[in-house]
Amino acid sequence: MFNASLKQLSDQLAEKKISSTELTTEFLKRIKQLNSEYNAFITVNEEMSLDQARSADQMIAAGQASALTGIPIAQKDIFCAKGWLTTCGSKMLSNFVSPYDAGVIERFNQVGAINIGKTNMDEFAMGSSNETSYYGLVKNPWDLSAVPGGSSGGAASAVAARLAPGATGTDTGGSIRQPAALCGISGIKPTYGLVSRYGMIAFASSLDQGGPMARSAEDLALMLNVMVGFDPRDSTSLQRKVEDYARDLQKPLSGLRIGLPKEYFAEGMSKDVECAIEKALDEYRKLGAETVEISLPNASLSIPVYYVLAPAEASSNLSRFDGVRYGHRAKSYSDLGDMYRKSRAEGFGPEVKRRILIGTYVLSHGYYDAYYIKAQKLRRLIAQDFTQAYQQCDIIMGPTTPTVAFNLGEKSGDPIQMYLSDIYTSAANLTGLPAMSIPVGFGNKNRPIGLHIIGNYFMEAQMLNVAHQYQQVTDWHLKSPV
Amino acid sequence: MTLTVNDVKRIADLAYIEIDKDEAEATLTQLSGIFNLIETMQAVDTSSVEPMSHAQSVVQRLREDEVTETDQRELCQSIAPQVEAGLYLVPQVIE
Repeated sequence: MFNASLKQLSDQLAEKKISSTELTTEFLKRIKQLNSEYNAFITVNEEMSLDQARSADQMIAAGQASALTGIPIAQKDIFCAKGWLTTCGSKMLSNFVSPYDAGVIERFNQVGAINIGKTNMDEFAMGSSNETSYYGLVKNPWDLSAVPGGSSGGAASAVAARLAPGATGTDTGGSIRQPAALCGISGIKPTYGLVSRYGMIAFASSLDQGGPMARSAEDLALMLNVMVGFDPRDSTSLQRKVEDYARDLQKPLSGLRIGLPKEYFAEGMSKDVECAIEKALDEYRKLGAETVEISLPNASLSIPVYYVLAPAEASSNLSRFDGVRYGHRAKSYSDLGDMYRKSRAEGFGPEVKRRILIGTYVLSHGYYDAYYIKAQKLRRLIAQDFTQAYQQCDIIMGPTTPTVAFNLGEKSGDPIQMYLSDIYTSAANLTGLPAMSIPVGFGNKNRPIGLHIIGNYFMEAQMLNVAHQYQQVTDWHLKSPV
Repeated sequence: MTLTVNDVKRIADLAYIEIDKDEAEATLTQLSGIFNLIETMQAVDTSSVEPMSHAQSVVQRLREDEVTETDQRELCQSIAPQVEAGLYLVPQVIE
């Protein structure tokens, strides 16, 4: 049962071979048994999950079921869920039982999916290794001495360890794709604006985007069908025609032009990753695609630009945590200012403070033009590179990460090395382009490798088709660490 | 650009985060490294480029001016650090 795909479980539920209550009970048992090994979940609430499962079974009996009805989904602890502790991986929200549902949670609830638990994550989604969580680090099921990636590390670990058939993630600089790659699963960050940010605790609002993480492209398509949709409560939510993201899965790939940015195949990528990516590209050529070299001249700027814009937006977003209406408040203080300063010093961890300080500095008087405006100008140049590139190709591919998963503790003392884990992924956030990662093999120490697929705006169905066709002729996505 | 410990303390003050001397010094080393990375931006001439604040060219939506939220004061205040008579309590600001 645990190795069945989300699609297979969905079929079994529809055929009434299993009930959602049985399925949910089994996954809860498995989480109870194994979570101490991975620390993938921060909160599990059997009673609430089983209540949802019973309702789902009623929906199925009444003939109101759709693909995700009765399916357990692990929710990243960044999504507010009514009645659930929602911590965002921080001490600041260690007592925050959400009074409302995020837009994404509402959409899963409407179709009768089960919230199987809230997954661990880097504090406020700031990190690439899941080591900044106040609730402890998460382990990579492929190798317990390796990081799972971050910030959606708990989600990736849970899916890889078969603790859930699918999970939600959020991606501000690579937080869905990088952990998906390091844990050998599939994950997609949709075009900015497709998935509601309402109730998704904000890190950098112009970059944040929610998306699904699962074992295959087919499963991602089913989840995306539920997650995407206009939400008037999100000021940047896009009003578009409803799409079926699974509609093109079976299309042949003949004639597909795959762009390979020469800057992504240069120094920095390790040999084992390069070898696996080349093999995957060979597979695509066999499927009828052609590869063309393209150039993204400003690729190297995406990390510096990201580390101005993301902290700037974060410093503004995180100013709401002041210990007044919710969240942590210091025990003793002398006046209001002291209460803010102490509550925030106690409630935030070192990486979050670091980013707030960077953001505060680049937005401060006298530095705004030199850093913030400069970074926004470079953001446009980076976006223009992609517009040019898409005149020569239909889709772009490269490695998701420069290396396989690094060891726990290896980079936690060196923020810059940690930031460079997102070297290939952050451009998709700056431009708003959809991007995904799928497993394409194993490298050093038998740790997984991900292929990065960047699509043009709103081309999710095509990307999932491209990923699915590869998964029809290979079995990397079926490999299990457990 | 060279940051000093006083810069770090000033930024922390602007950000309302208490920071002691040792922390400020450790933070200085890390921030200096990060700003060296950020400085690589300055090598590119962007004099004729328009800033891009957002991935999509969207305009602010307007809506009818009608009540959409129901009163959930009790629920929202049930998670507040300190409330009294429906009000959030903070240390006295005005003498």
